Amino acid sequence: MTAIAQTEPVGRPSTEGGPVLECRGLEKSYKERRAVAGVGFEIESGETYGLLGPNGAGKTTTISMICGLLARDAGDVTVDGKPLTINSTDAKTAIGYVPQDLAIYPDLTAKENLMFFGRLYGMSRSDIKQRSAEILDVIGLSDRADEHTSGFSGGMKRRLNIGIALLHKPRLLVLDEPTVGVDPQSRNAILGNVETLSEAGMAVLYTTHYMEEAERLCDRVGIIDEGEIKAEGTRRELIAILGEQDRVSLEASGDLATASRTLTSLDGIDDATHRESGIDLILTNASHRLPQILETVADAGAEVTSVNVVEPDLEAVFLKLTGKALRD
Amino acid sequence: MKKAFIIASKDIKRSVRDRSAIVTAVVAPLALAFILSTVLGGADGSSLNVTFAIVDDDGGEASAVLIDDILPSLEDEGVELVQSDSIEEARRMAEDGDVDSAFIIPDGFTEAVQSTEGAEITILTNAESEIGPQVAQSVAESYAAELNAVRLSIGTVAVSAGGAPSPTEMQELQADASERPMPALLVESSAGSRQFDSNTFFAAGIGVFFLFFTAQLGAVSLLQERKEGTLARLLAAPVSRGAVVGAKAIYSFVIGVVSMAILIVASRFLMDASWGDPVAVAVVVLAAVFAAMGLQSLVATLATTDEQAAGYGAVVGVTLGLLGGTFFPIAQGPGLIAKLSYLSPHSWIMRALGEVSGGAGTLVDVLPAVAALVLFGATTGTIALIRSRNLVMAG
Repeated sequence: MTAIAQTEPVGRPSTEGGPVLECRGLEKSYKERRAVAGVGFEIESGETYGLLGPNGAGKTTTISMICGLLARDAGDVTVDGKPLTINSTDAKTAIGYVPQDLAIYPDLTAKENLMFFGRLYGMSRSDIKQRSAEILDVIGLSDRADEHTSGFSGGMKRRLNIGIALLHKPRLLVLDEPTVGVDPQSRNAILGNVETLSEAGMAVLYTTHYMEEAERLCDRVGIIDEGEIKAEGTRRELIAILGEQDRVSLEASGDLATASRTLTSLDGIDDATHRESGIDLILTNASHRLPQILETVADAGAEVTSVNVVEPDLEAVFLKLTGKALRD
Repeated sequence: MKKAFIIASKDIKRSVRDRSAIVTAVVAPLALAFILSTVLGGADGSSLNVTFAIVDDDGGEASAVLIDDILPSLEDEGVELVQSDSIEEARRMAEDGDVDSAFIIPDGFTEAVQSTEGAEITILTNAESEIGPQVAQSVAESYAAELNAVRLSIGTVAVSAGGAPSPTEMQELQADASERPMPALLVESSAGSRQFDSNTFFAAGIGVFFLFFTAQLGAVSLLQERKEGTLARLLAAPVSRGAVVGAKAIYSFVIGVVSMAILIVASRFLMDASWGDPVAVAVVVLAAVFAAMGLQSLVATLATTDEQAAGYGAVVGVTLGLLGGTFFPIAQGPGLIAKLSYLSPHSWIMRALGEVSGGAGTLVDVLPAVAALVLFGATTGTIALIRSRNLVMAG
């Protein structure tokens, strides 16, 4: 899969200078459960914004409201200067949506899939033909263009899934966890393409629960949990939330629950979370506190097999803000 | 609207590639109608499809009534008549199954009728035949009843005149009686297919039965798109929810109309089905597809998956199809079932097609049934549209 350098820009802005996406106070509840509570952010042209959070944090619900798939209980969404509701068509024209699940027709060819969605976006047949050739070339499916997609590999389907969203040159590309279940090679290619598109001036909204992807791709990240954005900013700004704190990862066995509870009560330790094979700590002055930590863990009936002092990252920020790991 | 047609075109293209849809819409109904028509032709009561041999050793006036008046009147009901020269030949034909029954009118039959002696007609039957002997028995009993009525009237005249009539008076009285209309025969078409012949009945019944399966394709495909994730992409595109629902309705309507049209044309040429006034049939088919779409869309809104919708649709289609007389002509039968059949759109469709079948009826005759179908489709379709707000969700 080659980079999408030639798929440059991306629809002309209808509003000069303003954000491509503006959402404010988004709320959505399912019966008693509040899925999204007051989410709001903006994305400028050429900016990649990441929504980072674990499964069930409210990422997909937020995206569904932004793309007009789901009616919101409250809040506003403006795309390319146009208000968006579930029935508005103007604003939706500016969005390219890549669903988390594959959304292609298995009994149509790759070319027919592109042709169908291109017509839904009001493109002329000649434009679709030309654009399809470009997209198929970029996603490396030119030689398979006339084959039914049911015979494609998972990676090929993923590439076509993204290609369809780019066909009409959207101003805003929304990707909902596009690398879930993707092999490392395809994953790397997808991330490379997103970087290229962003450089070409496209606004990108990217949801993920992989900290590495958010750190690599996103100019700004919104950390979302339980339907709320807990913090937002550049990577540097978010890590600054940790202050002078360090993150220590202990690989250990034994009574980890008791050990982490005991560690939390120690001075200077902001957070201690146990996982299956160890304990993650947020603390100040890690090097001075390590002997005390190891002694406490041993007293609690656990055995430490390795200690890793980790450079502060978004995972640590998430841990500090929510008290749980991204994988939880 | 344009986008609804784009989506519907895509669905139709997928259907053409999906052999199961073609089988459901065209191949299965046509094949089943052909098989049933071939195997059970006439079993619906609309056509007797029996052969009678006649041996007339009498040649008198009384036998002429049976041979020239009564039996030929049954030819329209599917009775074929064969003249036989001797009792032996008739017996052999019955034994070989060449005929279902044979009427043997003995020498002196007319003379016996005119006297006070007992007159007999012998009926030879083929043991394998189920319907033929019963029909022959019914004909003979009717004929005997007619003869007895004549005798009774002559006797009444004689008693009132105070003496036995002369031979000339007897002949005049007999001639007068024989010219009067014959009493109704026991042989008649059964209910459910007043104008249907058997081929048309099976073609119509099976076509209508399967129509309720093809009519659910649109609603099922909506749920399928939701399952496959493509509905999310459709809803994220600049397409209104109404256009998505409209596309599925167009898709169902086109498939339904095309499948019925193919069945009608094919059965006309392959099975010699007689559908009647093309305009009336076309109007009935359009109303039928509309009613089927409304009902099956409503049923689909009760489901959460495409498999569930197909299952619910099948149960409803089979139940109402049986109640509506698509396989057996119970719709116009007696009792509670006949009344209940009015709840089934299948019944209204079959009644309407029956009205025009064979060229008997016109557009005017089917309008009440068409109105009932349109009302049925509009009611169920409106409820389905209201409920489809939940169906047209991304996940």
